[in-house]
Amino acid sequence: MATPDIHPNHDLILQIDHLAVEVPSGTRIVDDVSLELRRGEVLGLIGESGAGKSTIGLAALHYGRGACRIAGGAILLEGVDLRKLDPVACRNIRGRRVAYIAQSAAAAFNPAIRIIDQVMEGPLWHGLMNEAEARAWALELFHALDLPNPDTFGDRYPHQVSGGQLQRAMAAMAMSCRPDILVLDEPTTALDVTTQIEVLALLKKLIRDFNTAALYISHDLAVVAQVADRIMVLRHGKMVETGPTSQILLAPSMDYTHALVAERKAADTLSVISSERHDKPVLEAHDVTGIYGTFTAVKKVSISVARGETVAVVGESGSGKSSLARLIVGLLPTKTGAVKLHGETLAPALRQRNLDTLRKVQLIYQQPDVALNPHQTIGEIIGRPVAFYFNRTPAEVKARVAELLRLVGLPEDYAGRLSTALSGGQKQRICIARALAAEPDVIICDEPTSALDQLVADEILKLLKMLQDDLGVGYLFITHDLGIVRRIAHRTAVMLKGEIVAQGPTAEIFAPPFHPYTEKLLSSVPEMRTDWLDEVLTKRVATAR
Amino acid sequence: MKLFGHKVPFTAQLGMVIIFINAFVAIFGPWISPFDPTDMVGDSWADADATYWLGLDNLGRDILSRMIDGARLSIGLALMITMLSFSIGIVTGFTAAVMGKWVDIILSRIVDLLLSLPTLIFAFVVLSVLGTDIPVLVVTLAVLDSTRVFRLARSVAVNINALDFVEAARLRGEGLWWIIRKEILPNAVPPLVAEFGLRFSFAFLFIAALSFLGIGVQPPDADWGSMVRDYRDMISLDGIQPLYPAGAIALLTIGINFVVDWILAVHSNSTTTEP
Repeated sequence: MATPDIHPNHDLILQIDHLAVEVPSGTRIVDDVSLELRRGEVLGLIGESGAGKSTIGLAALHYGRGACRIAGGAILLEGVDLRKLDPVACRNIRGRRVAYIAQSAAAAFNPAIRIIDQVMEGPLWHGLMNEAEARAWALELFHALDLPNPDTFGDRYPHQVSGGQLQRAMAAMAMSCRPDILVLDEPTTALDVTTQIEVLALLKKLIRDFNTAALYISHDLAVVAQVADRIMVLRHGKMVETGPTSQILLAPSMDYTHALVAERKAADTLSVISSERHDKPVLEAHDVTGIYGTFTAVKKVSISVARGETVAVVGESGSGKSSLARLIVGLLPTKTGAVKLHGETLAPALRQRNLDTLRKVQLIYQQPDVALNPHQTIGEIIGRPVAFYFNRTPAEVKARVAELLRLVGLPEDYAGRLSTALSGGQKQRICIARALAAEPDVIICDEPTSALDQLVADEILKLLKMLQDDLGVGYLFITHDLGIVRRIAHRTAVMLKGEIVAQGPTAEIFAPPFHPYTEKLLSSVPEMRTDWLDEVLTKRVATAR
Repeated sequence: MKLFGHKVPFTAQLGMVIIFINAFVAIFGPWISPFDPTDMVGDSWADADATYWLGLDNLGRDILSRMIDGARLSIGLALMITMLSFSIGIVTGFTAAVMGKWVDIILSRIVDLLLSLPTLIFAFVVLSVLGTDIPVLVVTLAVLDSTRVFRLARSVAVNINALDFVEAARLRGEGLWWIIRKEILPNAVPPLVAEFGLRFSFAFLFIAALSFLGIGVQPPDADWGSMVRDYRDMISLDGIQPLYPAGAIALLTIGINFVVDWILAVHSNSTTTEP
């Protein structure tokens, strides 16, 4: 959005021409990408992981992460090519004229230094302000970002504030030198939906109030739609298409963009999964309580899963949903209540349970990268449960591994490979195959898709659904993503602070009358409209009055 | 030059050459040694000449032959001690990390106790009481050294133990031995290999020190440390004889450390570049 009173030539602030970025092996991870950014304009960079979004964002600071090297093209900041500047001149631009906001605020702050000192560091280092000015400006930013007790907020250390507050403090740090351009690299991805909405609104206000240009990097189209004027879609380091936000959302011209938009919209719509009567429950938890030290993570929770049924547990981080999974599998001993499998009460701790009960309940993890031993071949990983539980001969194990690989949609010759060479989606398929190798009755899925890209996650969900139809396995599906719940869960339980606040058939949970917390969660999920954020905020202000 | 996909710097290449020569001499000593190391072939402290390249020692034995013979004992003992200390340290360290709770507490406190005793003094006492034959020497030094290995193995294993694939194995119902051997050990190899090199050179120096003090290798056997002790009087007579075994000790130690530094550098690089 060009402000008309500025001369058109000065209007253009950042221009990237035919940018190419290489890794040491010579592979181009960004190839021939060009973009323009005007004062006060927000350009959204959209793409899956490996699309080169962050690399482009960092290139705007003329910075190559790790061993990446900017190999070609020009990066013009108001006509000055950053690639021709010496390192000292580059340092003067970073932070001062182009600032960066990273995904993980927790990793971006030094835990041993007070927040305000870190926010003041930029202007002091660049010699833009004296100590008193920098402090006053930091406090003004804290006010603008709506931080609690803004005058004393900065005196705290990073670990003493919440994730959302720290993310806002990082925005303050980025704004401390009043940069011309902000590079926001997935600034809300690590936050819960209810926190995301607050941070998103404040970032939007910040950009508007200071007329800053911004590159907004995200994998979530609905989030970008709220802040960006234009969107650039990237894939494998190349541009797919660029256009005004509304055009990308409503009338994408390329097939890939179409798939992205359609996939994101599918998450918004309520599926027609019926909650027909299921057999009697296979796995039940009655009034289970789990305690870490003095902290009660799960309070008297009851939940059950039947054959062929998917029960979703939703909640924000810290709501105790993963602890519930740990209670059920026995990693966290139950303090009260009991876990029952086929009506038989299980021992509270893992070590007292027999092999057969261990076999019947399997777990799939959130991070497939660390759920697979990097020094074992895929054949060893999948074959071990087969050999361990069923005492098969090596030849039988081999045949079963091939069968399982086929089942999860991977080529049989993968058995001889190491998992480290696979993509995230493929690794998760291996994890599913390992769980299936035990021929379980119930699989507990702990956020199995949240570390994956949208389209890949969708494939995994389809696979899980197909396996359920074929094998009749029950899922206890733990997630924070309401879109997934709507698509796959027969029944849903909503968790808040260790307790289940609402439980029932998915269609009922997602239809009025809502539990107030369910409603808050639901209304916080970004929708694929450009006006969604403003609408929700106005509505919330209205109800607050 | 490249090895296992990593560039080998000059110092590491030099270290490898030194280790190779020492290993060769230790293995093929009896065949390449010009004289019998225990034969008195001439006058005591005879100067070096074309026949006796490094001269003769206090009893008229060929110094070069004795050095070659000493290599086998020095290196062989250090290797045995290091391997034994690693076997003890890795098994106990991994067990402590995987079992956790009171097993960890008990093992760690025992190790703290052993670590709090000055190694040299403690070895002195044990060897004086139990006698100085080679098996006692090896076991004593291995147990003392294994405390350091325990510390490293435990801290490495604690990190690996926290990863999901180990939890998956535990949920499957796998036993302790499987978890240690199949899930943790393969992932702990690089830091342990680097530590092996370091521990080996410490063990090597430690035997040399004990031998120099007279409670290590006993005559008529000789290692480089006891040779330094035997020849030390020549220093005051401007003789350079003690410097031969001392130089051999220094050279091998430096060679090993060059290689260890490289392994550590490669390892730390590969862990920092991983996402």
